[in-house]
Amino acid sequence: MQTEAVFAGFGGQGVMLAGMVLAETGMNLGREVVWLPSYGPEMRGGTANCTVIIADEPIASPIVLHPRDIVAMNRPSLEKFCGLMRPGGYVVVNKSLIAVDPDRDDVRVVNVEANRIAIEAGSAKSANMVILGAYVGATGVVPYEALVETAQTVLKKKPKLIPVNLKCLEQGFELGKQARAD
Amino acid sequence: MAKVLMKGNEAIAESGIRAGGLCYFCYPITPQSEVAEYLSRRMPEVGGAFLQGESEVAVSNMLYGAAGAGVRCWTTSSSPGISLMMEALSYIAAAELPCVIVNIVRAGPGLGGILPSQGDYRQAVKGGGHGDYRCLVYAPSSVQEAVDLMPLAFDRADRYRNPVLIIGDGMIGQMMEPVEFREQEFPSLPEKNWATDGCKGRKPNVVNSLYLNPVEEEQLNRKLGEKYARMERDEVMFEEFNTGKPYRALFVAYGTTARICKTAIKKLAEEGIDVALLRPITLFPFPSERLNELAEPAEFLLSVEMSMGQMLEDIRLATCCRKPVHFYGRQGGLVPSPEEVADEVKRLLGSAKGDR
Repeated sequence: MQTEAVFAGFGGQGVMLAGMVLAETGMNLGREVVWLPSYGPEMRGGTANCTVIIADEPIASPIVLHPRDIVAMNRPSLEKFCGLMRPGGYVVVNKSLIAVDPDRDDVRVVNVEANRIAIEAGSAKSANMVILGAYVGATGVVPYEALVETAQTVLKKKPKLIPVNLKCLEQGFELGKQARAD
Repeated sequence: MAKVLMKGNEAIAESGIRAGGLCYFCYPITPQSEVAEYLSRRMPEVGGAFLQGESEVAVSNMLYGAAGAGVRCWTTSSSPGISLMMEALSYIAAAELPCVIVNIVRAGPGLGGILPSQGDYRQAVKGGGHGDYRCLVYAPSSVQEAVDLMPLAFDRADRYRNPVLIIGDGMIGQMMEPVEFREQEFPSLPEKNWATDGCKGRKPNVVNSLYLNPVEEEQLNRKLGEKYARMERDEVMFEEFNTGKPYRALFVAYGTTARICKTAIKKLAEEGIDVALLRPITLFPFPSERLNELAEPAEFLLSVEMSMGQMLEDIRLATCCRKPVHFYGRQGGLVPSPEEVADEVKRLLGSAKGDR
């Protein structure tokens, strides 16, 4: 079993960190993981993405042309990656910034107002945790408890930020779980 | 020890320290700058020396000096930076000094681009600097393997008194994978009684690469030649994949590209097409002997590289072109996908026999 997800957005939205928390959770569960960033002359406001692969067997190619899932934080990311994903996968769409719907009917769509939820929770910067929670809620790729544990470890140097980020993760997770049930 | 999720560059940095590489010189360049960033923080913690030079030329000559003084020293860079180090590398090889140089290869030629490439194969394997010298060249295909190869590289550099190169493409430097730092044990090394580390109470040692007497220069060349022959005999490393059952074609690929071939092999197997892979871990010495054996049952060989086909030449040399050797590659920082590679195998199997 292998799942691949591309986390994409503009620089500063925290897609790299969201992907890293997911990869680290997979590793803590004893699974094989790869986190591969896009890198280039990129800056705040430019586009950024990373691929996270979680598998039960050693991962051969770290390059995935057709990922199973997409997590899109902004519209250019949705447009760039949605056409590439495999039928049956999940596309998590940040509805706060993306007014359009994915133009595919063979994928499962999870709509999340990540920015609004994060602002209401008290930290606009934590929209990445909302969308990560939603992704995990929808796909069940890792157990929620393991995700929370990793997020706490990653943030242990900034303990003040832990409660708001966990709140964001949880709200996203509930939305994702609901979307899965629908 | 529990596994940690680390970026290739940082894992290489940590492994270098654990291997005793406590003297590190660098000049930043993408996509390897995280090695320097990590070591600038970590070296003072372990009592090591971190020095950013004013250029790669300076860095490589600092390496020459430190190696001459007998300390374990190393540097990391990327393609254009490595080119600037070639003069010193030739001197270091001539003076028979140990050091480790990591090249996180980016797209070239020229200043090129910063995305992954394997375009420095020839530079690493065939020379790069002037004169008749060789480097031992390792090519990891995962972050864990990069970590495991660092202590080996330092050991072999000391054992052979020769520079050792580790070449990884940009992906090896940038991607994160779980790693474990395992203790490796090596037989004890000979004392560095040649080092210029202070001559109180003994005759001064001299580290030099100037031989105006042609007879002496010839002796040096022959001595080096014997050393490289020993490496070819004793240091070959490779991995095989899917070679345990009959196969129609054989991939030869190293580094990240070899992993892409493994996924292609799985995809092809689903369609009933059996393909195997030989992944050289040492690029010099090249696993020629095993390649010859594995080539025997294959209809053809396919070299997959992120270049215009450089290792391809060594595959043809090793097999004396007894089998068709084809090439598939992407350039400029683009990475071949498993789908592309699998399609190429199908195209070759479908089209004509024996065309070279």
